[in-house]
Amino acid sequence: MKELLLGNEAVARGLYEVGVGVVSSYPGTPSTEITEAAAKYDEIYTEWAPNEKVAAEVAAGAAIGGARSFCGMKHVGLNVAADPIFTMSYIGVNAGMVIGVADDPGMHSSQNEQDSRNYAKAAKILMLEPSDSQECKDFTKLAYALSEEYDTPVFLRLTTRISHSRSLVEISERDSIELKPYDKNTAKNVMLPAFARPKHVAVEVRTKKLTEWAETCELNKIIDNNAKIGVITSGACYQYAREAIGDGANYLKLGAVYPLPVEKIKSFAAGLDKVYVIEELDDIIEAHCKAIGVNVVGKDLLPRVGEFSQRIIKQYITCDENAFFSLPAELPIRPPVMCSGCPHRGLFYTLNKAKVFVSGDIGCYTLGASAPLSAMDTCICMGASISALHGFNKARGEEASKRAVAVIGDSTFMHTGINSLVNVAYNQSNSVTIILDNSITGMTGQQQNPTTGFTLKGDPTTAVNLEALCKSIGISRVTVVDPYDVKAVQKVLAEELEAEEPSVIISRRPCALLKYVKHAEPLMVNENCIGCKICMGVGCPSLSFDAASKKAVIDANTCTGCNVCAGICPKNAIVKGVRS
Amino acid sequence: MSNSRGGFPCPPVNAESVKSIIIVGVGGQGTLLASRIMGDALVQKGYDVKVSEVHGMSQRGGSVITYVRYGDEVNSPVIENGEADIILAFEELEAARYLPFLKPGGTVITSTQQIDPMPVITGAAEYPQEVILAIESLGITVRRLDALSLAKQAGSVRAVNVVLIGALAKDMDIEKEVWLSALEKCVPEKFLELNQKAFELGYNSY
Ligand SMILES: Cc1ncc(C[n+]2csc(CCOP(=O)(O)OP(=O)(O)O)c2C)c(N)n1
Repeated sequence: MKELLLGNEAVARGLYEVGVGVVSSYPGTPSTEITEAAAKYDEIYTEWAPNEKVAAEVAAGAAIGGARSFCGMKHVGLNVAADPIFTMSYIGVNAGMVIGVADDPGMHSSQNEQDSRNYAKAAKILMLEPSDSQECKDFTKLAYALSEEYDTPVFLRLTTRISHSRSLVEISERDSIELKPYDKNTAKNVMLPAFARPKHVAVEVRTKKLTEWAETCELNKIIDNNAKIGVITSGACYQYAREAIGDGANYLKLGAVYPLPVEKIKSFAAGLDKVYVIEELDDIIEAHCKAIGVNVVGKDLLPRVGEFSQRIIKQYITCDENAFFSLPAELPIRPPVMCSGCPHRGLFYTLNKAKVFVSGDIGCYTLGASAPLSAMDTCICMGASISALHGFNKARGEEASKRAVAVIGDSTFMHTGINSLVNVAYNQSNSVTIILDNSITGMTGQQQNPTTGFTLKGDPTTAVNLEALCKSIGISRVTVVDPYDVKAVQKVLAEELEAEEPSVIISRRPCALLKYVKHAEPLMVNENCIGCKICMGVGCPSLSFDAASKKAVIDANTCTGCNVCAGICPKNAIVKGVRS
Repeated sequence: MSNSRGGFPCPPVNAESVKSIIIVGVGGQGTLLASRIMGDALVQKGYDVKVSEVHGMSQRGGSVITYVRYGDEVNSPVIENGEADIILAFEELEAARYLPFLKPGGTVITSTQQIDPMPVITGAAEYPQEVILAIESLGITVRRLDALSLAKQAGSVRAVNVVLIGALAKDMDIEKEVWLSALEKCVPEKFLELNQKAFELGYNSY
């Protein structure tokens, strides 16, 4: 039977079929659906870990403990998980361990577009890269066989277009895989220097063996079209190249992108007039070809930045261009915005009016950086808001700290914010940290996290008590405020900025998209409206301005009745209406 | 290496046998369900299919595009300028934004709904006037329907996506029963009747 599956769903299907027992991941676009889909299989234990490092360590422990294991993350998650993964390369596995990492060329939903293939090289870990959903499933399954045969964790590299494209996948049954026995083995599993030194030697031997495997494996396949031009490529780029060039070239399609073969590439290139390397982001394959003396054309011609497509290949290689229409008028952009009823809105409106320095973080609330809220000064990586504010305050002193805050979501606080807050308390800066507790991991599509009281599978569990946690760290000023109540937020913010010690404000209100959240009646604008447009400053997609009547208008289909706009209207012209 | 294809003799293998449709709209309008229904119908017809979706950030009210490609053998999951046989637009401004994707001779099917983007709400930009007329003035066939009203008529504003799938179905070479069975597979049972109604309203809208 064939099904139309997302690449991510196909990976999950592979995990199921290959008998994986434990999956631990942290969400991150474009990787999230792997773990969500895996959670639908009762046979697999699946969980959301607080961050990628924890997830990778859980997977490591499970693999050592004898169960095939998986952890999934986006590319930047691999930075967080790198520490255990580099040493797991030395330790190897008992049952197979696979690390799924999804890159985001073009930065559809990311803060950078780093190329994870560099990690495979740096950690000396085999990396497979599928080019459609069928390969997502097949390569996932193969990865476990290779992991066990070569005693190594294996990377499965995806990119946005592979993760989020559906194509047909042949479905099979689950293999019955027994839990492997666990035998204590200090020299293998305890990485003291004395044990690690011989392990590093073993890793180098393993890479050599894997290079030999790469010479003959079916994943690295040659498609001979009797052409004079060759293309070496992998993943989504293979599909773009086929689309743009068709049978006009011979292809070396690499299913394993680390380690790369030597003889196979040399023999592929021999006799061809010209060989192109088509790869998104860094020049990993190209650099390898050049290092082994194969003359190829790559980044001298093709971009190092952004996502490729057939258009890029036509533009730079075949010099083709499609005819297309265009309208003369310039069209307004449509950036993503906070949803109607988003609890972050009232808070960011207040921060904007208070004109404070906002050390930002990553989540739906990063949208508070855009107009009209425009209330964010920095956004680096998850968890950085609190630590960067501490640094900013230490640099600029007492006065600055009275005009500066950090904002961080509940999931992000759990991810890597706690250690930063420990630092604020321990090294005492008068930092004001605002935890935006919307009771969910919103940005990535509503995943549970340790503050929500539910597991990935939807079962009730203990929830972190944020107030008690902050107090136990050593922050004695902890205030909770409802962000729908703009006046209350203004008052608390003013008080905490003045305080002579570190403090935490918990802005608490569940995400308006959550199923259990009941929306109030939509609001409407009455005749008191003077057209001052102050309400437009909250940046709500349910509000617009009617040029004819010179009054604000509220879309009753989408308004959730949160009252943030009503709370700032100087004429009390926004009142309860009725849902049509 | 002097010819126009950089020395490549053959035209691409499947340029003609593969059809391409883009679904464009505003994040949250339900374009993902539309592409799932379409994918299912195409699979039932025995095509090779690729559907490329947008998840993540832009689903928060941003401009979104989904690519659907089908034929004997589909390679690239994405569609580029000048490649789409049909643009199915959930919103007028988005129909205009993605117009360059249309192939010469292609069709635009658009809902007449207009949703102000944030720069318009804040007054930094204006919603363009008469974009559909501007598209038509280029000689392009545009089919427009008030999908929002039809969805309301079916019972929920959320059924806009299925109304538009109904409108698209009329333009495609797939039997109505196939579409209806795809619909049945993709929507929850308790909303099936509402969605069937929405589909019919879209199907009979022109
Ligand atoms: C290291 C890393 N992992 C994952 C992500 C993807 N990601 C971005 S924001 C976010 C969580 C947002 O949740 P929360 O902090 O609760 O804020 P919300 O979106 O709910 O407002 C995630 C998982 C990332 N950017 N970096």
